[in-house]
Amino acid sequence: MFQIRVHGRGGQGVVTAAEMLSIAAFEEGSHAQAFPSFGSERTGAPVVAFCRISDREIRSREPIVEADAVIIQDPTLLHQVAVFAGLKPEGYVLVNSQHGIENLGLGEFATEHRAVRFCSLPATELGIRHIGRPIPNVPLLAGFAALSGIIKLESVVKAINARFRGQVAEGNIAAATEAYHLVKEVACSSR
Amino acid sequence: MLKQIEGSRAVAEAVALCRPEVICAYPISPQTHIVEALGEMVKSKRLSPCEYINVESEFAAMSVSIGASAAGARAYTATASQGLLFMTEAVYNASGLGLPIVMTVANRAIGAPINIWNDHSDSLSQRDSGWMQLFAENNQEAVDLHIQAFRLAEELSMPIMVCMDGYILTHAFERVDIPAQEQVDAYLPLFEPRQVLDPSEPISIGAMVGPEAFMEVKYLAHAKQMQAIERIPQLAAEFRNTFGRDSGGLIRTYCTEDAETMIIAMGSVLGTIKDTVDEMRNEGHRIGVLSIISYRPFPLEQVKSALLHCKRFLVLEKSLAVGMGGIVATDVRMAVTGAGLKGYTAVAGLGGRPIFKSQLHQLFRQAERDELPPVTFLDLDWEAVNKQLAREKQTRRSGPVAENILHDKGIVSAKFG
Repeated sequence: MFQIRVHGRGGQGVVTAAEMLSIAAFEEGSHAQAFPSFGSERTGAPVVAFCRISDREIRSREPIVEADAVIIQDPTLLHQVAVFAGLKPEGYVLVNSQHGIENLGLGEFATEHRAVRFCSLPATELGIRHIGRPIPNVPLLAGFAALSGIIKLESVVKAINARFRGQVAEGNIAAATEAYHLVKEVACSSR
Repeated sequence: MLKQIEGSRAVAEAVALCRPEVICAYPISPQTHIVEALGEMVKSKRLSPCEYINVESEFAAMSVSIGASAAGARAYTATASQGLLFMTEAVYNASGLGLPIVMTVANRAIGAPINIWNDHSDSLSQRDSGWMQLFAENNQEAVDLHIQAFRLAEELSMPIMVCMDGYILTHAFERVDIPAQEQVDAYLPLFEPRQVLDPSEPISIGAMVGPEAFMEVKYLAHAKQMQAIERIPQLAAEFRNTFGRDSGGLIRTYCTEDAETMIIAMGSVLGTIKDTVDEMRNEGHRIGVLSIISYRPFPLEQVKSALLHCKRFLVLEKSLAVGMGGIVATDVRMAVTGAGLKGYTAVAGLGGRPIFKSQLHQLFRQAERDELPPVTFLDLDWEAVNKQLAREKQTRRSGPVAENILHDKGIVSAKFG
């Protein structure tokens, strides 16, 4: 069982991200479960959504306590919400930011959690460039695919096509592809 | 066909496969996505012939459903929480008149304090309304129960609520096998009403009944639910033959062989309970699970035989009979009257309070050691409760309870993240 928490703010597509992640995993034949922390969202308020991926039926409905990965769609949450609560020692952290881990004020955390695999990605900028909107969720999913190897880029593309049509789908695929390669080639080499 | 799909949309697909002719609903969280999806299907004519009727309230939604069903149409609606309460008078009329309406209840707490999240207070408040109530454990079962519900409702000419946990199931994306239209058509025959309002053959439905006949009419509603006790397992078996999977039935047992302690629950929390029980079994605990699928009719005999071999049972329920304790637990205790079993009630998850495996591990171990009081409140913040009780003792003008508790817990308003 691989458990992912997506932290962000209402309006950033946090719930959609978890849902699309579950679709991508389903496309690879896995069992997957995605659910929001709460059903009601207000624009700007902190929101968290969950996704579990497993090769067996997923029965538990508890919110994710021990996370294998956290995706943080808004770096201002780093110092507001306990985004790293229950993160496993060798977990993955993907932050939406143009800045590296040190500049995000996470240097100390990174020193204390040496085995955690950190990465940052300018996902909002990718969203603006490819989709015309500052929505970071899809580039982050592709970045997560690159960082963790838990899902493939093709599966993210399938999830995009399941959710969007026409130009929006094309823009998201372009953003996802660039995000995937950025994480693969550039962003993580610094660490 | 296997799909990774939201629970609400999966249920909308299942309802559409059942070919309802009239859908009338008023949107309320967390039911909204179901009726939105059905509305889209009617508008695009993917679901046809079917009329989607917009109304101004839940009271009207049930009233229109009653009218449609009385006119011989297969009628469907969905609601939750305050919406169910608002339609209550019509809910009783639907069952009193013997109209086979199927209604999804996306289970949600009842205010005040206003709360949009999940527990079972809403449909359990309609326990004695004469409607049958089936509880889904996951979204596959929610889909399957709707198909079985139309068949059962129409056979008996009595209405059914299919209950699924709001948000936890309605808003969860998971793998669901959506059946083929031919399979559903083979399982669910055309609606042949027992009574129908037809201008060419006029009758009246809804006579005033005085003391000389009222008891008989009410007894017949009870007799219908007793028939349902027979039919529900048969329909589940037939469902397995047609669709190739187990879904529905009255009860389901898990790891009961040598169980000394049995955990009893309804709905989606059963998944978390089963995972906890698996972990405890690995450590050698003799613990098992009894799922109640059919809450009304309540399968007294089946519950009894599932529990007779154990030493104690714990009913974990997302509901509270204020001034009394458990609601489901009362029925379970009735089923095992005289059997000499120790029985415990744990009230949990009210208003969407999450239920964690770690809490269940602790609770189940306490049950095994017979350390529980008759009624326990899982994860209750005693500090906050006692502070308010002390405040009330200290001062007459202690103010509104909900606001005080929020203030004491340092919460500005209901948390959304």
